[in-house]
Amino acid sequence: MSVRATARIVATRAGLPVLAGEGPLAVRRTRAEGPGSRVTVIGAMSAPLGGDRLAVEVAVREGARLTVDSAAATVALPGRRDGAEGPAHYDIRLTVADDARLNWLPQQLISAYRSELRMRTRVELAATARLVLREEQVLGRHGEPPGTLLSRLTVHRAGRPLLDQESAYGPGAPGGWDGGAVLGGYRAAGQLLCVAPGFDERPVEARMLGSTAVLTPLAGPGFLVTAVAPDALRLRRVLDGVLDRVLNGVPDGVRDERGNDVPDEALDAYR
Amino acid sequence: MHLDHSHEGPAAVGADALRPDGRRRALRVGLGGPVGSGKTATVAALCRTLRERHSLAVVTNDIYTREDAEFLLREAVLPPERIQAVETGACPHTAIRDDISANLEAVEDLEDAVGPLDLILVESGGDNLTATFSRGLVDAQIFVIDVAGGDDIPRKGGPGVTTADLLVINKTDLAPYVGSDLGRMARDAKEQRGELPVLFTSLKGQDGVAPVADWVRARLAAWTA
Amino acid sequence: MAGAQAGRAALLVLADGRFPAGGHAHSGGAEQAVRAGRIRDAHDLAEYCRGRLHTAGLTAAALAAAAAGGLDPLELDAAADARTPSPALRATARRLGRQLMRAARATWPGPELTALATALPRGAHQPVVLGLTARSAALTPEDAAYCALYEAVSGPATATVRLLGLDPFEATAVLARLAPELDEAAARATARAARAAHEGTDVLPAAAGPLLDIAAEAHAAWPVRLFAS
Repeated sequence: MSVRATARIVATRAGLPVLAGEGPLAVRRTRAEGPGSRVTVIGAMSAPLGGDRLAVEVAVREGARLTVDSAAATVALPGRRDGAEGPAHYDIRLTVADDARLNWLPQQLISAYRSELRMRTRVELAATARLVLREEQVLGRHGEPPGTLLSRLTVHRAGRPLLDQESAYGPGAPGGWDGGAVLGGYRAAGQLLCVAPGFDERPVEARMLGSTAVLTPLAGPGFLVTAVAPDALRLRRVLDGVLDRVLNGVPDGVRDERGNDVPDEALDAYR
Repeated sequence: MHLDHSHEGPAAVGADALRPDGRRRALRVGLGGPVGSGKTATVAALCRTLRERHSLAVVTNDIYTREDAEFLLREAVLPPERIQAVETGACPHTAIRDDISANLEAVEDLEDAVGPLDLILVESGGDNLTATFSRGLVDAQIFVIDVAGGDDIPRKGGPGVTTADLLVINKTDLAPYVGSDLGRMARDAKEQRGELPVLFTSLKGQDGVAPVADWVRARLAAWTA
Repeated sequence: MAGAQAGRAALLVLADGRFPAGGHAHSGGAEQAVRAGRIRDAHDLAEYCRGRLHTAGLTAAALAAAAAGGLDPLELDAAADARTPSPALRATARRLGRQLMRAARATWPGPELTALATALPRGAHQPVVLGLTARSAALTPEDAAYCALYEAVSGPATATVRLLGLDPFEATAVLARLAPELDEAAARATARAARAAHEGTDVLPAAAGPLLDIAAEAHAAWPVRLFAS
């Protein structure tokens, strides 16, 4: 039997009026490190099997702050009937109202051998909403070949497209995904997106973060870190450097390829 | 011949004499010639001579980008915003003759940024004897060779030597050392070019670029007449 | 007689590598990939081109097909911005768009081209201009998709011949072997573009290659290079 489950989270200035898990998607309020609420998606989120349809819907209302993370990595697995069920679907819908903030920081998505997952993330931001979103994809558990992972991230701000990125990796993807234009043999790929109205006046400058990661200003008020790495650990290290700076203002957070600190006050526009 | 028509809207076709705002665009003069013949030095000297009386800009087309542009910057012949380098994808011929898109864009960007301009010098990447500029890019072209490259170059001909509006034979000061016969070069050039002008220069000398500058001034006068 | 074959000659003119729209100075990321050791031979080139075909190529092809089909070019330009997180690639796309616009207005002038050139004098994204050019030449959305896809692979192949001294016959054979996949991608791009007419630009593909974006920024920072991108 395939699973259909949707988790719903609504955050307001006053708290979390809606916090509802379903089936394998359990959500818990956890202790926030700063102002606002924090919700952790607990372990069971971790296994979309072939044929499953999982969804998470998050709404952050005006002026509210919410951080959503997860307790463990999500592992896409083949179905119980080994592919006969078709792909698993994972849909994420994030809505952030004016003057609200959402930090969407799940653990990695791991595409296990013979699995097939279609991930769809849609984000609707109001004009003055702020967002930090991390997405990490790891192809194969340790030492195994990857499954098929199709993923799309679409972000609108004030009703206009801000970022639209689609990736397709693994044996079910179109050809060339492991060539020099796409992954080039790397097994972990990730993005860190940061949107805040302040980036309109002070856009960040494009810069390399090592030889296989880059921080780039978008055509709208935000920036994207695009990174590939040999493994999940090294990918996380690159993204964390920027994340620490953005969220906590850690002064030595962002490093260039020689490991030197790159101070950039423009990154502080999020806080 | 391009003066009697103009396209609507911005930047329709490169050869149009008028800018979108209706003003006459700058005269565009191309400088081509083999590697090391003194194109960049000629451009630098022309800039120094003409910049007091005219508003100038330069587009360079290096094989490897920026080398020539950086020479001009180092020599401070023009402020940096008046010098622009174009990448040529390892094909400098193509960029000035077959597909002049990037050069036209550079020319227009310069007019937008620092215009109105009287004159834009477009320098080709160092090349062989077959490179010429498209008439869609420049209004006149100067081909620069030098005596040290061999006094048989004018005799060999080729589109640059034969058809350029001006042939400059540079580094005449070196002729005694390299055994080049200037008289023979002049005769061969005349043979190849008929009535088209030929100038001998030595940029080492005091105001050595003066004859070329005079030729450019005459072109400018005709363009704005 | 007219019909299915009408416009075939115009398609050849537009798709010709010698069409003067500035493409010759761009390597489609191949210059950086060669330096990084990701393209060393014809096999690497084939995988590089295949990856580019199904990512940036597909995305560009659908935008071009949508523009050829009459969708609002300004809306498509915004969709292209959202699909291009690298500022170096956005700048390249606009430069090439502006350069193509000049060639298009000289070859197939029309009011839609003039309107876009006036609205975005610094250049629209190249695939949008390409689609509008095809439209102005009475070509189909599918024709526009083919042009975009072929450009996506022929640029790196030509550049690699110059950069690596790769045998030009081998490089051209790489392109020929990609033809069936290119046909398939053209059909996908065209179908999505047709849907976009009713469902909006969000249904257009947004396929991306992370190394293309990363390498584009690395390349833009080189002080000296042969190719503009």
